[in-house]
Amino acid sequence: MSEAREQILATIRRGLQRGPLAGERREQLEARLAQPPRNLIPARAALPPAEQVELFVTLALAAAATVERVADLAAVPAAVVAFLSREGLPTDLVLAPDPDLTALPWDGQPTLHIERRAAVDGDKTCVASAFAGIAETGTLMLLSGPHSPTTLNFLPDTHIVVLRANRIVGAYEDAWSRLRERGQGMPRTVNWITGPSRSADIEQTIQLGAHGPLRLHIVLADP
Amino acid sequence: MHPTSQTFKANASAALHDAALQRALKNLKSGFPGKRAAAIAKLPEFDALRDAGRDLKNHVLEHLDFYLERFEAQVTAQGGQVHWARDAAEANRIVLDICRAVEARTVTKGKSMVSEEIGLNDFLAANGIEPIETDLGEYIIQLRHEHPSHIIAPAIHLNRDQVADAFHAHHGQYGFTERNENPRALMSEARQVLRQRFLNADVGITGANFCVAETGTTVIVTNEGNGDLTQILPRVHIVLASIEKIAPTLEDVSTFLRLLSRSATGQEITVYTTFSSGPRRPEDVDGPEQFHVVLLDNGRSGMLGGEFQDMLRCIRCSACLNHCPVYGAIGGHAYGWVYPGPMGSVLTPQLIGVDIAGALPNASTFCGRCEDVCPMRIPLPAMMRHWREREFERHLSPAGFRFGLRAWAFFAQRPKLYQSVTRIAARVLRWLGGRNGRIKSLPLAHGWTAWRDLPTPQGQTFQQQWAARQEKRS
Amino acid sequence: MMKENPSAGSPASKPRVGLFVTCLVDLFRPTVGFAAVKLLEDAGCVVEVPTAQSCCGQPAYNSGDRAAARALARQLIAAFEPFDYVVAPSGSCGGMIKHHYPHLFDDDPAWQARAERLSAKTFELVSFLTDVLGVEQVEARYTGVVTYHDSCSGLRELRIKHQPRRLLASVEGLSLREMEEAEVCCGFGGTFCVKYPELSNRMVGEKAARIVASGADTLLAGDMGCLLNMAGKLQREGATVRVRHVAEVLAGMTDVPAIGEPG
Repeated sequence: MSEAREQILATIRRGLQRGPLAGERREQLEARLAQPPRNLIPARAALPPAEQVELFVTLALAAAATVERVADLAAVPAAVVAFLSREGLPTDLVLAPDPDLTALPWDGQPTLHIERRAAVDGDKTCVASAFAGIAETGTLMLLSGPHSPTTLNFLPDTHIVVLRANRIVGAYEDAWSRLRERGQGMPRTVNWITGPSRSADIEQTIQLGAHGPLRLHIVLADP
Repeated sequence: MHPTSQTFKANASAALHDAALQRALKNLKSGFPGKRAAAIAKLPEFDALRDAGRDLKNHVLEHLDFYLERFEAQVTAQGGQVHWARDAAEANRIVLDICRAVEARTVTKGKSMVSEEIGLNDFLAANGIEPIETDLGEYIIQLRHEHPSHIIAPAIHLNRDQVADAFHAHHGQYGFTERNENPRALMSEARQVLRQRFLNADVGITGANFCVAETGTTVIVTNEGNGDLTQILPRVHIVLASIEKIAPTLEDVSTFLRLLSRSATGQEITVYTTFSSGPRRPEDVDGPEQFHVVLLDNGRSGMLGGEFQDMLRCIRCSACLNHCPVYGAIGGHAYGWVYPGPMGSVLTPQLIGVDIAGALPNASTFCGRCEDVCPMRIPLPAMMRHWREREFERHLSPAGFRFGLRAWAFFAQRPKLYQSVTRIAARVLRWLGGRNGRIKSLPLAHGWTAWRDLPTPQGQTFQQQWAARQEKRS
Repeated sequence: MMKENPSAGSPASKPRVGLFVTCLVDLFRPTVGFAAVKLLEDAGCVVEVPTAQSCCGQPAYNSGDRAAARALARQLIAAFEPFDYVVAPSGSCGGMIKHHYPHLFDDDPAWQARAERLSAKTFELVSFLTDVLGVEQVEARYTGVVTYHDSCSGLRELRIKHQPRRLLASVEGLSLREMEEAEVCCGFGGTFCVKYPELSNRMVGEKAARIVASGADTLLAGDMGCLLNMAGKLQREGATVRVRHVAEVLAGMTDVPAIGEPG
């Protein structure tokens, strides 16, 4: 118990004119933390699932991401190859070591050179998979873990994210609910990503590709 | 940072005459307010969210001790460490000790106003550790040995040619020998230079927009991704957070996030919102090995229960700066310390003393635009007025001004006497104006007539004319 | 005490309005006071002007001199308590009474109750005419293109925005042309303009440029402080824009020279 800690807490309590919280008031706060209530959620986030997907796509595009919808997960590798070719990008990929991603038919794309690992400097394109998509702002939610290293999201020039349509939720709060349902607590890092990196620090003109990826490409797979 | 708030008036005058600064400030006025308005127009619930945000933060402040302790417990449970700092010196010391323990030589930094508040960069440099700012704006001003002039757009006082000069002077060593004024090229240059610094840094320091008590999570919002590279590449991640940054739960953070970026840049959400909980997990393949949170008080706990408590609701969005006609006229440096604009005019006297920063809460017309746009509904003009009251009580306001005010109040409290004085004043002013209807120069009102004419009274006062009319009627 | 539709009632039920002239109108622009009286009487009010009035106390309040502000507030409350309504041709003074008076007496419940009662029946002139009395048009003529500056207190403390514009639309011969940034402060700010004259000058300079750029031949607003400031700047810069209080135009009392004009 540091002296600074005790002094800061004491000054706070003096200002609030009370001692440490106890009894019923404390229990109420504990209960609020145990069962976090939802505050006001904008109507735009409370849509039927099909419209949530539409809204997610619209807002992700508005944030300068690109989005491609494919019929199912099996179609992802071909879509990735087509994207790289369209954009004139190299075919070296770093793939998140995620069993779900690894299981996809990458073998059918012989032009690809794939490594499964965390990202290092110089990696041009990384592919990761999103835990959720949040419709209210077109935001991707990625969780760190052995299958999903965070460096993949920030080091490459091109970030490709695979998102299943049934992982799209309406509101931020819905995304937290999904995370709680997962039952593994908070991962070290939760990244919400909405479009590619940018800065307006020079004369307030927005330029894409500041320190993170220059491109964010979302492959949205049904269902 | 050594404050220059005492010479605010002279600072402001210099700023008004600084052509480059005035050119740069046009970008502010044409940018943020319009973008904010457009974003809010798309969210009908925005004002209701402001109410919710205000109520939530009030709830936090009423139970701040409880939530801070819970936050600490949750950080610790995940293998992180919380350090408490009463003031700037303690916070700097804590950071230095952590850096020394891992024999750090370079430290990358995400944008943090708390770091500016404690003067961390100078302190680290003086102790042989090189701090490297990585936010593009912060990086630019670090090269120029300046401080931020805005809390979210630190280099808003600069034009592209000044950035080009700074890069040209410093980037030759990295092989960039040509001077370039194109913003895109400038950014790309900074990206390449800073990428190596990210990779080589021993410690990464970020601020925190929020600290979640429920989960022991710190949250930052950025657009560049520099805050993320700062925290995932080095072995150690240090978070600098002031004690009022608490949000109880992830749901509560969601409410604040809906307010923050819309109010700040007019984005619906920033590109990156990052939630960090503890160090890397045993099974993780990347991320920092150590996670430290420095909780800074620096006078904030003393604001609880007093007339400035509401200021602790501030989420540092900068909407009040962006909409302030005074800030828009002079920029941030004239305020003379870390926090400029209306929020700074309330906070600075608290943090460095009203005797030093007393000019700031006086430099407002109380036009009320700041309060009107504040997502946390902080009554900024009312709190600037509280500072003026403190000054008045402590006789800090200028003697001549106090005397004039007292004399005027003496008459105003005696309506009959007052009306005879105004009758004379009307005649004198009208006489001075002659046939022009206005006065070009009035020694006692030089502040007015140096730049404006003073319209003269029409003739008799209203009260005189009204009395005459009533007499006629009866 | 509050009468919903006073103009329809018998003379006995006419609302009694105490006119708070404001110190600047009293000294600089009595026409505005008479315009206010005319507009209120036309709308069916009985108007009285208590002699025991000077200033609402705002300069003291905003300068940190709470004691003087309280003394002036007590004086005004006592003078205006007997009326059904208190009306001021100023959003700034109206806002002071309506929003700030109750807070002045946070530690004095008896006076706070009186301040709150007064606050509830205090209005700025144009919003009183429209929002309380339901006036939708005036009988007045003004040939010209006007632009309207939204004074800060009226706009942000009393939410006065559409009310003057609606009434101006009924003035024969008048057309309204909005300036850019009509809601941005003119830089007057009471004591601000003398404490920080250079800053104030920058703000009013920008305001004057917006006014001129609008192409209007007349500038209107609802607060004398702002009007004196803008008129003084426009005239110093040689602009030909005429400056008047909105009440003068609404009351058809524009035969007197405009603010700062010779005559």
